[in-house]
Amino acid sequence: MIHEYWYLGLAFLLLGPLLGALLSGIDRRLTARMQSRQGPPILQPIYDVLKLLEKDTLVVTGLQTLYLWGFLFFMLVSGFILFLGSDLLLSLFALTVSGIFLCLAAYATNSPYSNIGSSRELMLMMAYEPMMIIVPLGFFLAAGSFRASDIVAGHPSQVFELVGILIGFLFVLTIKLRKSPFDLSSSHHGHQELVKGITTDFSGSDLALVEIGHWYENTILLGWLYLFFAPLGVIWALPISIALFFLEVLIDNTHARLTWSSALKLSWLVTVVFGVSNLALLPFIARG
Amino acid sequence: MSFLKKSPWILHYAATSCNGCDIELLACLTPLYDVERFGIVNTGNPKQADIFLITGSVNEESRKVVENLYAQMPEPKAVVAIGACAMSGGIFRDAYNVYGGIDKVLPVDVYVPGCAARPESIIDGIMRACEILDERARSRRQQRRRVAA
Amino acid sequence: MPLITFLVLFPLVAGVAMAVAPTPGRRALVLRGSVAAISAASLLLLLLNFRAPPAYFALDHRVAGALELLFLAGGVGVALLLLYWCRRIKRHEWYIPVLIVAQTALMLAAELAPGHPEIGHPFYVDSLSLLMVLIVALVGGLICVYAISYMRGYHAHSTRVPDRQPAFFFVLFLFLGAMFGVVLCNHLPWLFFFWEITTLCSYWLISYSGTDEAVRNGFRALGLNLIGGVAFAAAILWLTRTPGLHTWELDRLIAAGSAAALIPAALIGIAGLAKSAQLPFSSWLLGAMVAPTPVSALLHSSTMVKAGVFILVKLGPVYHGATVGFLLSLIGGVTFLVTSLVAVTQRNAKRVLAYSTIANLGLIVMCAGVGTVETLYAAILLILFHAVAKALLFLGVGTTEHMIGSRDIEDMEGLVYRRPAIAAMLLVGVLGMFLAPFGMLLSKYTCFEAFLAQDVFPGAGVVLAAMLAFGSAPTLFFWSKWMGKLVAMPRRAQPMQLPIPFDEATALVILTLVTCVACALFPLADWVFVQPFVDPLMSAGLIPIGGDRIPWETVAMMTTMLAGLFVMPLIFWLFPPRFAAVSGYLAGGNLDGSASYQGAMGAERQVESRGYYLSGLIREQPVVRMGLAAAALLTGLMLLSAAR
Repeated sequence: MIHEYWYLGLAFLLLGPLLGALLSGIDRRLTARMQSRQGPPILQPIYDVLKLLEKDTLVVTGLQTLYLWGFLFFMLVSGFILFLGSDLLLSLFALTVSGIFLCLAAYATNSPYSNIGSSRELMLMMAYEPMMIIVPLGFFLAAGSFRASDIVAGHPSQVFELVGILIGFLFVLTIKLRKSPFDLSSSHHGHQELVKGITTDFSGSDLALVEIGHWYENTILLGWLYLFFAPLGVIWALPISIALFFLEVLIDNTHARLTWSSALKLSWLVTVVFGVSNLALLPFIARG
Repeated sequence: MSFLKKSPWILHYAATSCNGCDIELLACLTPLYDVERFGIVNTGNPKQADIFLITGSVNEESRKVVENLYAQMPEPKAVVAIGACAMSGGIFRDAYNVYGGIDKVLPVDVYVPGCAARPESIIDGIMRACEILDERARSRRQQRRRVAA
Repeated sequence: MPLITFLVLFPLVAGVAMAVAPTPGRRALVLRGSVAAISAASLLLLLLNFRAPPAYFALDHRVAGALELLFLAGGVGVALLLLYWCRRIKRHEWYIPVLIVAQTALMLAAELAPGHPEIGHPFYVDSLSLLMVLIVALVGGLICVYAISYMRGYHAHSTRVPDRQPAFFFVLFLFLGAMFGVVLCNHLPWLFFFWEITTLCSYWLISYSGTDEAVRNGFRALGLNLIGGVAFAAAILWLTRTPGLHTWELDRLIAAGSAAALIPAALIGIAGLAKSAQLPFSSWLLGAMVAPTPVSALLHSSTMVKAGVFILVKLGPVYHGATVGFLLSLIGGVTFLVTSLVAVTQRNAKRVLAYSTIANLGLIVMCAGVGTVETLYAAILLILFHAVAKALLFLGVGTTEHMIGSRDIEDMEGLVYRRPAIAAMLLVGVLGMFLAPFGMLLSKYTCFEAFLAQDVFPGAGVVLAAMLAFGSAPTLFFWSKWMGKLVAMPRRAQPMQLPIPFDEATALVILTLVTCVACALFPLADWVFVQPFVDPLMSAGLIPIGGDRIPWETVAMMTTMLAGLFVMPLIFWLFPPRFAAVSGYLAGGNLDGSASYQGAMGAERQVESRGYYLSGLIREQPVVRMGLAAAALLTGLMLLSAAR
């Protein structure tokens, strides 16, 4: 099998964190401007990580670093699979494993903040997992394949056939990006009810690993969003997906945090109403 | 150049403060003063903080907490004592339970005077602390190179 | 054929030998020897029939006739024995003797009927049976070895339970022989006889401890399995009486396809559902957890409940494309969804494992109901991985319970640091249950595409796929929560404890290795077990021709992930990062490291944290009741649609 996209996969591994860092930096700047502030420079996340690498690392247990290696490794694998044009479900499964490793790292430190943060993170994973699974299923019914390369080469009307799933995906994107109202387990904003939630007991290079992992995750999620619009061509798809990505920033700044039970119930409701119903209609309306 | 100057994360603790200095400190985070443009983030977590901002004087209870928090901060770190109470005990200096300023317990790097200290002074103090952090980081790096060689 | 006879009869002989063994030491020796012999025989059977198409064995006319009489008498004997045991029933269990009588009546009506079918090829071997034989022999054998030292400890702890270990091991081996009979028998009445023996063994083993709770749960298992038994007997009677499909052979039944064989397939389907503890018959498996751990591992996760899904998978071609099949898949799906949700609320480790077993079996039932190449592939791999990983988990939990004195997940906090070996094995088991790149995930991955391709009626596949998606989410939650408890750093240093007994350690280590190997070499499992099973079905036109199951690049990716999972800990062990250790963050109030903090009024407070069990959101009783109602409705619909 020829991998036409091997260079994209490689580019993801090397440049993915940079794109993610830029997205994160623009996010913070945009948030600041929405709050009538100046905000940090766009490259600030990169400065943050470089600083973290200069600091000492204090650990509660040595094994937490191992779990964080796992977190980063599976994140890389997930994105690599996606950008290689390969199977979307497999990419999703690797993403899930990565998330679980982050939770394990937090559980390993066994402090009350990380424990609750980790439990909440697992509940959020439970909340968005069905919708995230429905996205590849929807693409399968619309484009006839789970492979990202086939989805990109699909029919331009794909995005209209998948509009319900797109809405559902945008909803869970808020959860995955840890934006209000779903930033229950950990938040980019400074001080919150669980201190830093999952990342409370990570410092120095451990925290740098987490940040870099999150940059990769930003790129991966942007990639997923891009897939919806991909058949329209890069000219249209890229700006639209970036615009939607920053729609999340607007949602972040205009909502307060929900409780975990509301988050769970609401997510599953949205999944059923938008995701499952769209999926049920697809065999009738799809052309692929 | 060390990146500690570009991204100093702070930990704010009110020891036995009347909270006047704390209010001024938190005002720095508001749009009017906006310290985030310097890359400063108020993490509530010693493990992720570089600069320890302490307000208020020290008594037996807060002494334990301050030492605990300082111990949980990774190197390189700096301590900034904000306000008159943190510097020397302020007007509470002669109280029976007050040990005095923060420097009775921790090595303080920067003193920010005032009662309450003004946001501009506080930002100035944090900037000084950044310079100190930067020096510390650089000298550590040089030390490591010498040891490795 | 001689191997088959050996496999069915030798465990019986060995069981008697163990029952009459003079000392426990001698009994243990006999047991280990027998397990070795059975395992060798099963491996030999595999080698002789390696990747071969199904082989059928006829018996000499007189031998067959004699066996027929023997099994008939045996069936009546089993019924009489069960009725005798029913003298201990309570008022609300009146239905049990009624079911026994009904079942026996149906069987006698079938077997004594004048025009009943001839016995053609009563025994057979195909690759699915080979897989089951290996599972029963190896996994079952390891569990029996484990039971040697486990039962010793069990009776040392529970002094009020009468020590009936000789009989216990006899019944265990009787069960093994019966399982071999179930998977190697082509002749339905004889298969049913072995099926009933497993029900009998299950009852005896569950009520082993003799307490009222155990006896009640034993009767519940008996009752629910008897419902399945009655359905099975009704299917055999139908096959005897009906003018169209007049055969007692399983392969002929399958070859008849959905056109002719729906009614017996639906009835046997109910028997399979009951045996595999699917909704609406699931309550017996939860109750069966009162039995000693080896019983839970052997009967109620690895082997007996697999007999139910085994028969459903075999009938896959009949269910394919039929409404009956779709309804069966729905039952499996509802079971999967409901039990996954309820498992989140459980703190007792054995109950978590029980619910998760039912959920995984539900998944296999979903696959069997669809009956395409992809789902049969997924179902067979699920059977393999689940049997191995679940046995490992049950045995691990049993050993952990003896070590820490509790089955509660919360008490297993920090096991990775307190008892690294057993914790590592539990982690392998849990990972094997749900995570990529391990096998279970592989099966789910194949299932999604297969479900969506379903065309029983428009939208059918979407319902199944949605159930799979919604059911997978809670499984992620409760497994990760348990793993989190295992890897948590203990807040206080723990004293060193006794080592694991040798027999238990042997069984656990071998099972761990088998789990890892099975997951790593899953393409091999496909090549050895799945392809030889589905190819004959495809060439006989019983199921549609399936495509290339898993593209090689997916296999490459999964191998990379698996490699990473092994290599990273290795690197960590060889080059550990040397970081300074500090306490966890307790807002600066740490007093004793991470274990206690200064609370209000200067009091020292211990740090405690528990997992989330969501019991306010998911209330076990109402959710299960809803599932029971839905499944009962679906079962009724299934029978109705078969009759049309």
